[in-house]
Amino acid sequence: MSPARPLEVTHLNVSLGGIPIVKDVSLTVGSGEIVALMGGNGSGKTTLIRASLGLVEHQRGDVRLFGDSLVGFKHWERLGYVPQRANVALHATAVGELVASGRLSRRRPFVPASKADKAATTAALERVGLTHKRTEPFVHLSGGQQQRVLIARALAGEPDLLVLDEPFVGVDVATQESLAGLFAGLRDEGKAVLVVVHELGPFAGLIDRTVTLVEGRVAHDAVGHDHHHRRPAGASRVIQGVEAPWSS
Amino acid sequence: MELLTFPFMQRALIAALLTGLMAPAIGTYIVQRRLALLGDGLGHVAIAGVGLSLLMGWAPLPVAVVVAVLGALFIELLRQRGRATGDVALAILFYGGLAAGVLMAGAAGKGAGNLNSYLFGSLTTVTSGDLWLVLGLAVVVLVAALGLAPQLFAVCADEDFAKVQGLAVRWYSVLIVVLAAVTVTTAMRTVGLLLVSALLVVPVATAQNVFRGFFTGLAGAMALGVVVSLGGVVVSFHADLPPGALIVLGAIALYAVSWPVSRLLHRDHPVAIDDTVAERAHETTGEHADHAHGPGCGHRPVEHGDHLDYVHDGHRHAAHADHYDEH
Repeated sequence: MSPARPLEVTHLNVSLGGIPIVKDVSLTVGSGEIVALMGGNGSGKTTLIRASLGLVEHQRGDVRLFGDSLVGFKHWERLGYVPQRANVALHATAVGELVASGRLSRRRPFVPASKADKAATTAALERVGLTHKRTEPFVHLSGGQQQRVLIARALAGEPDLLVLDEPFVGVDVATQESLAGLFAGLRDEGKAVLVVVHELGPFAGLIDRTVTLVEGRVAHDAVGHDHHHRRPAGASRVIQGVEAPWSS
Repeated sequence: MELLTFPFMQRALIAALLTGLMAPAIGTYIVQRRLALLGDGLGHVAIAGVGLSLLMGWAPLPVAVVVAVLGALFIELLRQRGRATGDVALAILFYGGLAAGVLMAGAAGKGAGNLNSYLFGSLTTVTSGDLWLVLGLAVVVLVAALGLAPQLFAVCADEDFAKVQGLAVRWYSVLIVVLAAVTVTTAMRTVGLLLVSALLVVPVATAQNVFRGFFTGLAGAMALGVVVSLGGVVVSFHADLPPGALIVLGAIALYAVSWPVSRLLHRDHPVAIDDTVAERAHETTGEHADHAHGPGCGHRPVEHGDHLDYVHDGHRHAAHADHYDEH
């Protein structure tokens, strides 16, 4: 029996304030796979991943995380979420504190952080190259450094599925390249990555599959990073209510 | 130290100590959530509880605690429902509470004069029954605010991330406002219901100026809260002035001092920006004979990628060999 896929979304419909945003979307992310979710502003990318994580309710369809339904889902420690940077409200918070909060999915109330918690926080900071910023206030960091802190916070929980919402917005090229290396490392460890991006940039060579949303529907579900243009024959197809052969 | 020989002063000092610990502890979360004026509103709601107790002849503190907690639950429910009109609903609740309190106190034949001691604090009115209740509630508030600090911090910093961690975000949000309601009410004898909100907010703002990090700031704010609360009570005894006003003005005085202190502490602290240029043209600054840039040179340091720039006459100067480059 093969283990369940980290994320399996089938025929998902999500409305916000009565307006349909995500329409009949099916999407899977397997272990050791990096999937890019693309599409223009307002195409429903963020709503789709927020619904996949249970942050907004969906009206129809199904979301399964590691084979379990969202309702009554228990294994939150297997998820790592990197929200859009602008949504984090902080004043004097130190980088190390923020990263350490990524361990809470594995901690119990009233129990102090264990040695393993502290080691995982240190390892996550090392992985994004910000060990020297541990005691700095988050707000003093550059845009690229803040983005790396949010990724470290998600990594501290040692997730099996990492979901990132526009991690490259306002981030310099050097950081993008180092993040590309980081994602490659995660994939090689068998982790699953779902990343919302505007353009692939230095990330292009890593992508296993690209899913493109247009007005809340899947317009393309393509192997590799080629989409719209130059896609190899047979590797990509327009989905019309039919599941792609590689997602079954 | 003769003031310690008076039993009413012993009670007032203990109550002030507990308030000084509690208010900034819960205030740290309130400020982080940008709900700085919530405490003020809860104080107004608690006044209705005081009025009710005067009217019915009950002990004021327990009644005020219950009424404030109910008000807090109502406010949080409105917030979680995402009502756009929450602002107006809050105003109605707050001023309705104040008006109802004044009305009931008046009906009880105990007009504004009697209510005054609840609004601005009064040393002589802390009964020993009050003190036990305050002690019990303080233990509950502090155990929750400190024991659950990592969880409450995560919920206040980034609610969505906390949810994806599997934290019961709704429950923690309710907990924060209920703890705030309990704190505000227990402070009514020392700081008073109209001024208590300052003790939730001002020591926290002061600590954020001086201390680095959320948890260090939390501890620092509690220490500041204790200092101004005890100080206010002692001065109140000697100068025969209302303790609440002294405590709040003391807290604000410390905040005023912390501001220049933080400027001094952070003067040489660089702000970081990304280096977005892979290869830049080499452009030197020209004459730069007046001084060498370095810590304390008076120019603002900027961490630019892997090196430091200094902001000088609207340019960023980066050291390069024996001269400076424009970055």
